[in-house]
Amino acid sequence: MIVKEIVELLDGEVLIGESYLDLRVKAAFGSDLMSDVLAFAETEAVLLTGLINNQVIRTAEMLDLRAIVFVRGKIPGKEVISLAEENRIVLISTDKTLYTTAGILYAHGLRGIADE
Amino acid sequence: MESISFNEEGSLMKLEYDVLKEDFSRAGEASSKIKKVLMQLGIDSKIIRRIAIATYEAEINVAIHSEGGKIFVLVKDDKIEVLIEDVGPGIENVNLAMTEGYSTATQQVREMGFGAGMGLPNMKRCSDEFYIASKVGEYTKVKLVMNL
Repeated sequence: MIVKEIVELLDGEVLIGESYLDLRVKAAFGSDLMSDVLAFAETEAVLLTGLINNQVIRTAEMLDLRAIVFVRGKIPGKEVISLAEENRIVLISTDKTLYTTAGILYAHGLRGIADE
Repeated sequence: MESISFNEEGSLMKLEYDVLKEDFSRAGEASSKIKKVLMQLGIDSKIIRRIAIATYEAEINVAIHSEGGKIFVLVKDDKIEVLIEDVGPGIENVNLAMTEGYSTATQQVREMGFGAGMGLPNMKRCSDEFYIASKVGEYTKVKLVMNL
């Protein structure tokens, strides 16, 4: 699924990274626990989270994740957005909850990360 | 407990970064820099990813639990060695600390998305060799080796 489709399906707002909307992601992982994200997420995945601090961007950076969806209408501060910009990460905000966000993407064919 | 040594002999490059206590806005900077240097060296991206995850978890751990510390990276012909050492309370029961889900982190740290008790197990999982040594009230040292 390309990031642009994710934005449309979630009625999302692109906070930064307009030029990467053609990026393709193969899977999604939803969590507010960055340690779990670090343990489980695969590359070419989109991260769904309600956490909006610097550490979310750093976590994505370490994992080579290029897209993050902030759920429940959360919008991070400027500093967090510019850190994402530096790392060429797309940030999307949606009013939907984590469960609904995951459900919509799954229903449209985006799988979860591979189970170990 | 075995001592952790760091042999600089034969290393092609040595990187060194400070990690400050409770500086959560900057935690991750060292790992970010390490990752960028390793990319410039043309190291396999899968190995870089493992190193980035491990050093980042280490950096967060040092910021959360210690009075501050350092991360050293030695790039060698056949492997990359990472040494993390801090000054601080140390770890009373290392086996317990290595258990997934065990954490002594505060509520504040948990609200940041950490403190799930996955840090040390994650570091070990990302490494080919993992060593840890700690003295209560003095230090914790972790050495990670990733084969190239």
